[in-house]
Amino acid sequence: MSYDVKTWVDVAAFVGAGLSMGLGAIGAGIGEGLTAARATLAISRNPEASGEIFKTMLVGQAIAETAGIFGLVIAMMLLFVKNPNPSFIMVAVFIGAGLCMGFGAIGSGVGGGFPAGEACTGIARQPAMTKRLNTTMLIGSSICQTPAIFALVTALILLFSDFSALPLCPTWAAVLGAGFACGIAAIGPGIGDGLVAGACCESVARQPSSATIATTTMLLGMAVTETTAIYGLLVSFILMFKTFPATDAIAPAMALLGAGLCMGIGAIGPGIGEGLTAYSAVGQVGKNQKNSAELVRVMLVGQAVSESTGIYSLVIALVLIFVV
Amino acid sequence: MAIEGADIIKAAAFLGAGLSMGIGAIGPGVGEGMAAAKACEAIGKNPKEAGLLTRTMLVGQAVSESTGIYSLVIALLLLFVV
Repeated sequence: MSYDVKTWVDVAAFVGAGLSMGLGAIGAGIGEGLTAARATLAISRNPEASGEIFKTMLVGQAIAETAGIFGLVIAMMLLFVKNPNPSFIMVAVFIGAGLCMGFGAIGSGVGGGFPAGEACTGIARQPAMTKRLNTTMLIGSSICQTPAIFALVTALILLFSDFSALPLCPTWAAVLGAGFACGIAAIGPGIGDGLVAGACCESVARQPSSATIATTTMLLGMAVTETTAIYGLLVSFILMFKTFPATDAIAPAMALLGAGLCMGIGAIGPGIGEGLTAYSAVGQVGKNQKNSAELVRVMLVGQAVSESTGIYSLVIALVLIFVV
Repeated sequence: MAIEGADIIKAAAFLGAGLSMGIGAIGPGVGEGMAAAKACEAIGKNPKEAGLLTRTMLVGQAVSESTGIYSLVIALLLLFVV
């Protein structure tokens, strides 16, 4: 029983489409659920503001949905874009692209739900700040989507580059590794960014006078939280654009796959941890504006230490790609 | 394509190194973040003790980091020694 190349490429495209949409739906589902839960509580607390809360909930959910829509787009492309000359490398490329977008949408979907939920709670508490809360929510949840955008970019590059001229082994491992590196690395920073943006919305509602300093601290905290997702993007770009010499052995292929997994999984912890740090720092800056300089300094030191394991992962991934 | 034992062992060592460092980075990353989060909250409540609190945070994070360093050591051993 043997199948031709075209059959295998179709099988991979369908499996990739399923992974992209299936995994990609997890985050948006959880995030939007969190938003709706907070909005319901907020309306029960302040029924007069229900119109504004309802509007904010829908806008926030629409942004949290973005990551899920990216998953849908990649799934549709995998289903309907047909390549005239299929080759075996496309099996790995299609599965890698699906995994990349699927994993990449989880963090941003969950993260996007936090600021929207906190904005709803904030409107119930402080209806006068509705406009400012909506602005903060929009900025915060848009930045949450960056890791998912990284994953979308990687998935699109995988789909539209021509890898057929490169040697099948170890290129198959490089493209799968690129998908893992960028996709899994997006989970932690997406959730962490969401925590920070949520804390900023809460701060703005509790202490309207501290809105500016809280927003500045939020942007700084989110930028640092994002770094491990950027490491993931970097490793996946190296894996996609470096040409690896042809080989019959398994070891070089496993080194590339290991590099992708190492960077991807290694970015989850620092992303969430740095998000937690900035979450508390933003909350305290709101309550205690006098000491904001000290708080920002401690936040950055704490985040830097938390980042260290992400940097170890980057080092091991680069050693796996370039040294062994 | 004949697969040789030495090749499989090297392949497993490379994959193992990646997984060791990758999965090993999750715990310290989250844990150190939590320590720093509580340090920020404590400094917010009691800014006078900022120096003492930062020192405690750093010591606590250093201890929490140890498992991440173990993962790094095991990954390097798998890559270069075994």
